[in-house]
Amino acid sequence: MTGWGSQVDALDVARWQFGVTTVYHFLFVPLTIGLSVLVAILQTLWHRTGDEKYLKLTKFYGKLFLINFAMGVVTGIVQEFQFGMNWSDYSRFVGDIFGAPLAIEALVAFFLESTFIGLWIFGWDRLPKRLHLASIWAAAIGTNLSAYFILAANSFMQNPVGYRYNPDTGRAELTDFVAVLTNKVALITFPHTIAGAFLVAGSLLVAVALWHLIRNRDSADTPAYRFAARFGAWVTLASATLVVITGDIQGKIMTQVQPMKMAAAEGLYTTESPASFSVLTIGSLDGSRELFALKIPYLLSYLGTGDPNGTVQGINDLQALYSAQYGAGSYTPIIPVTYWSFRLMIGFGLAAAAIALLVLWTQRKGRTVPNSKWLLRAGLAMPILPLLANSFGWIFTEMGRQPWIVFGEMLTRDGVSRSVSLTEVLTSFTAFTLIYAVLAVIEVKLLIRYAKAGVPEVTPAPEPDDTDDAERPLAFAY
Amino acid sequence: MELTTIWFLLVAVLFTGYFILEGFDFGVGMLLPVLGRDDKERRVMINTIGPVWDGNEVWLITAGGAMFAAFPEWYATLFSGFYLPLLLILLALIARGVAFEYRHKRPEASWKRRWDKAIFFGSLVPAILWGVAFANILRGVPLDADHEYVGGLLNLLNPYALLGGATTAALFATHGAVFVALKTVGDIRGRAAALAVRLGIAAAVLAVAFLSWTLTIRSSTAAVVLAVAAALALLGGLAAALVRREGWAFTGTATAIGLAVATLFAALFPNVLPSTLDPAGTLTATNAASTPYTLTIMTWVAVFFTPIVLAYQGWTYWVFRKRIGVTHIPQH
Repeated sequence: MTGWGSQVDALDVARWQFGVTTVYHFLFVPLTIGLSVLVAILQTLWHRTGDEKYLKLTKFYGKLFLINFAMGVVTGIVQEFQFGMNWSDYSRFVGDIFGAPLAIEALVAFFLESTFIGLWIFGWDRLPKRLHLASIWAAAIGTNLSAYFILAANSFMQNPVGYRYNPDTGRAELTDFVAVLTNKVALITFPHTIAGAFLVAGSLLVAVALWHLIRNRDSADTPAYRFAARFGAWVTLASATLVVITGDIQGKIMTQVQPMKMAAAEGLYTTESPASFSVLTIGSLDGSRELFALKIPYLLSYLGTGDPNGTVQGINDLQALYSAQYGAGSYTPIIPVTYWSFRLMIGFGLAAAAIALLVLWTQRKGRTVPNSKWLLRAGLAMPILPLLANSFGWIFTEMGRQPWIVFGEMLTRDGVSRSVSLTEVLTSFTAFTLIYAVLAVIEVKLLIRYAKAGVPEVTPAPEPDDTDDAERPLAFAY
Repeated sequence: MELTTIWFLLVAVLFTGYFILEGFDFGVGMLLPVLGRDDKERRVMINTIGPVWDGNEVWLITAGGAMFAAFPEWYATLFSGFYLPLLLILLALIARGVAFEYRHKRPEASWKRRWDKAIFFGSLVPAILWGVAFANILRGVPLDADHEYVGGLLNLLNPYALLGGATTAALFATHGAVFVALKTVGDIRGRAAALAVRLGIAAAVLAVAFLSWTLTIRSSTAAVVLAVAAALALLGGLAAALVRREGWAFTGTATAIGLAVATLFAALFPNVLPSTLDPAGTLTATNAASTPYTLTIMTWVAVFFTPIVLAYQGWTYWVFRKRIGVTHIPQH
């Protein structure tokens, strides 16, 4: 590459910016995905039973959902623009394939999501109840659909399929769109990500409800909070199970299509058969060899291949293979990053599930939640744990793909915008970081404020009637 | 018709829809400190666009996505070349979107004042910069033979582009004032209509100057016809605003904005980003396009889903068709 010397700094900053803005965006996405459905379920329960506690919970968690939703929307626009702004050579190279799912995501999913969220926010006591309920479901479906398209796009970067490289144009060209949408990485990443999102949403339900159960012990709304805590805990446990199952399948697919990522997850330097799973390995600082290791025999072989004696390729062997295949250079991700992010992902996710189990245990057979400081603390930690698990999961899967931006086809350093100067990218990185930091503080404070305020008083309105509302105003939501 | 032409038209339609719809959102935001004399009036204004602003913004996301999918070279060159203006637009849209949702979440006047500022600047900045950006697309920018932008930031701040920015800001402000007059009752309705007329005269002068300048840079018969029609629609809208026919006034400003954007695309075609430096760098609907296979798939997706989207989005406007006023505002 020409101009490499002057470009390397702008490249680093562009990568940091993408990392920071994406991880930040994905702090809001899981709650939007999971909570939209959970709020829709709560509203459905109210619709079916007429029990006021479900209406209270719908409005209560709906408010928290909307505080979070706004942040997801505005940080999402940055993501779409950023490919062109900072990764223009990547965009040129894959646009024929990568642009389509993004455009479809906007047309099919974002319109649905944003239009029906507007109807839901402003339609309380105004839209016929069934239609209002349908609005939150439409928004929830839109949100979950959007996840599929963006994950299909990302999966192309992990495991490019359905394309050919055109040497005349120097571009990757789409040959089979169905193959892109049914990429085996996409098919398994979707349920894994959705389950991860429900892990966060379920945990939030528990955390907020548990706080009220412990702090406001004589509240008239205790039955509502009890339901929310138990419902959230069951959602957390069910999604944790699904996360583990899908993660296991994902690991096997990863071993096939991105063996370097699997080896990097494990810090496995030499090919082993059978390979043991490292519970804890302390490597040398540069990550090139291990100093201390605690291992479970056969487990890595089983995780990676489904066979306890299966062969798992090691970093050094893959590095030699790729050097021969793609030319001299390093094809190894930063091992300490992949190794630790992989473990932190699993650890934080399981910790949330363990607390959910504890919460269910404390309320078994109608028991009152104990007035325990430790239970309260564990409950409040709950939503943070799976959020961290989500973040580390993304850091792992994206850093584990390095040095590739499209595995086997394009190096990350070749995808960066050549016309964007270091000053420009430093400006944007600083600006995004500052505004995101300020908004994070505001958002968290608002969430806490509204979570503490508790479920609202509700006065069930009569079914809206189009004939008598000439004088009735639009619902005021803002 | 060539697939590339169809997609040029579709991208044009998406941006036209975006500017018509978010145009009045921006206008309402820009006029918040002018028309909203107290907190109740400002809340009325924000609630006129409350149910729809987010859906309106998706037109931009879809336009961006369509550009990426159908014309990756255009998307890549434009977005990396116009880096700092787009950064400012993004920051503005972030602040504004959060402001709509958070402003009413706390009762303190200082809290609301800060978000009001975010709404004002978050609307004003993109309203100007979109005009600057589209004027530069029309005028052409320095591109090398690899289609890379080689001009700096100052290259984008030329008099023609600044006139473009002033024009879009004035048009959107007028459009917003007309929308407030259309959607409210009470004192604010009359003030909004009066302001719409005054703003509209300024917008008409700017728009005529900008479109005339545009047609001296590049032109086609279609572009001339569309420009004249845009001017007539704007004048018709202003006349309707003058006699307090708000529905017709809004139809007029919406049509004028749509036709003005159509003028730009008609003048631009078949180019999508002309180069002022190396003619080989010029991007056209042909050399910037994706493969016919991708365009075919995207065409089917668009044909199937666009009518559905238009139907339910149109229905939202119908659901929230009623006027609102300060008497309807709840205490908290």
